[in-house]
Amino acid sequence: MSLSADMKAGLQAPICLTWELTYACNLQCVHCLSSSGRRDPHELTTSEAEAVIDEIQRMKVFYVNIGGGEPTIRPDFWHLVDYCVDHNVGVKFSTNGSRIDAAAARELALSDYVDIQISIDGSDAATNDHVRGEGSFATALRAMDHLADADFGEFKISVVMTRHNIGQLDRFAALADRYGAQLRLTRFRPSGRGADSWHELHPSDPQQRRLYQWLLDRPDVLTGDSFFHLSALGDPLPGLNLCGAGRVVCLIDPVGDVYACPFVLHDDFRAGNVRDTGGFENVWRHSELFAEMREPQSAGACGSCGQFDACQGGCMAAKFFTGIPLDGPDPECVLGHGEELVSAAATAAKPPAGADHSRSAPVKFLGRR
Amino acid sequence: MAFDIDRAYRLHDRVALRPEPFGALAYHYGNRRLNFVRAHDLVTVIESLAQHDTVRSAFASAGIDARRWPAFEKALASLAASDFLVVA
Amino acid sequence: MEPTELADRGPAEPVPNEIETDTELVEEELLVEEISIDGMCGVY
Repeated sequence: MSLSADMKAGLQAPICLTWELTYACNLQCVHCLSSSGRRDPHELTTSEAEAVIDEIQRMKVFYVNIGGGEPTIRPDFWHLVDYCVDHNVGVKFSTNGSRIDAAAARELALSDYVDIQISIDGSDAATNDHVRGEGSFATALRAMDHLADADFGEFKISVVMTRHNIGQLDRFAALADRYGAQLRLTRFRPSGRGADSWHELHPSDPQQRRLYQWLLDRPDVLTGDSFFHLSALGDPLPGLNLCGAGRVVCLIDPVGDVYACPFVLHDDFRAGNVRDTGGFENVWRHSELFAEMREPQSAGACGSCGQFDACQGGCMAAKFFTGIPLDGPDPECVLGHGEELVSAAATAAKPPAGADHSRSAPVKFLGRR
Repeated sequence: MAFDIDRAYRLHDRVALRPEPFGALAYHYGNRRLNFVRAHDLVTVIESLAQHDTVRSAFASAGIDARRWPAFEKALASLAASDFLVVA
Repeated sequence: MEPTELADRGPAEPVPNEIETDTELVEEELLVEEISIDGMCGVY
């Protein structure tokens, strides 16, 4: 039995649990995977959140990836982080940096159980702010400066790769080196608000190949295994090279809904709610959706392709939100098998969309700066 | 120092072991590393290490067939190499 | 083979894959395997 078979069959608890604490956000990034902006009035209360933490402690979840929206704007954010640490749950949180001032950085530097990831989408303000909003690059760098001044140690810088920043790979690496930070590059998926701009923003085929080669040359750069569809190009990239949704990972959203992964915040991938009887444990261990996902999956239309073992048919979220069949090629299939399907879907019925928590009308991508 | 089955070892204080269908997951809260322990009797041995003066005696006490000792030793050595086991 | 990260795995070497017999035990599959916590998809 291989390791990936061990994982696919189901675990007692997720290894990577992502928890979005709030849909509220002070930014309105063009491609936000959770369409965040407005706080949902039915957000878990502080005690409900504490109950979730109690549960995941009982389940022996090792650590939780906290995000949002912008998690630090929840008034009880720091309390919940402390609560996690006090209950043996490590915390890794993702932030735009707006609340990481000198004092926060010093507090963080004191804890050995809290890791931080700062999000940027460009190696300079022009590229970054085009996607994340004016001033957001400066804010992120200020947070990084505070962390450096407080001797926090190695934090992560996380970038979503798009058509406009793929040319900046070396500059991202240099920025990370400058701060002694770990660079993390992740895949742009057509999830949340990303659906509106995916066709214009996702990397082109030559860009994907360039990225793949760059990643092979730099195994120190993290990817969260988000580019496993590129492994069909040759040697596999580091990581499990398989979809962890419902099997190794899942997400708890701000109102307690449990989804298979952060990139499929849609009813079709909703396994249950932590407020239901049996709580999160019952959803993780007994939900119908997760049981289905833990059954052996067939290659479907990719069965005759020699690369299926390498790419596993790619990302379910990418297929779902571009409106192409889940049992076929990834929209960015490196052999081009997804192209026709994507074009056909683009002229057909509107693909599925998740809930919209944006503060105003969905942010439209306005083309090149 | 090379792993030595005639020494005493124990699980590092900051390692958590979680039982799983295949054996256990082990996570080190200090270095953030994760290991799959893929045999239930190996998990039993790991949990019993602190009670034994040598790894050898932990193997014997758990009734591990001598033919499997090399594989078990290799497994424990790799855990020691990533700081999951420390000399007791 | 599974592209897992293994701290102790060097360049490919032939692993005996013979059937176990009563008298001779050949190398078992690896009983401990390390995986990078960053190496699983589904986190942003």
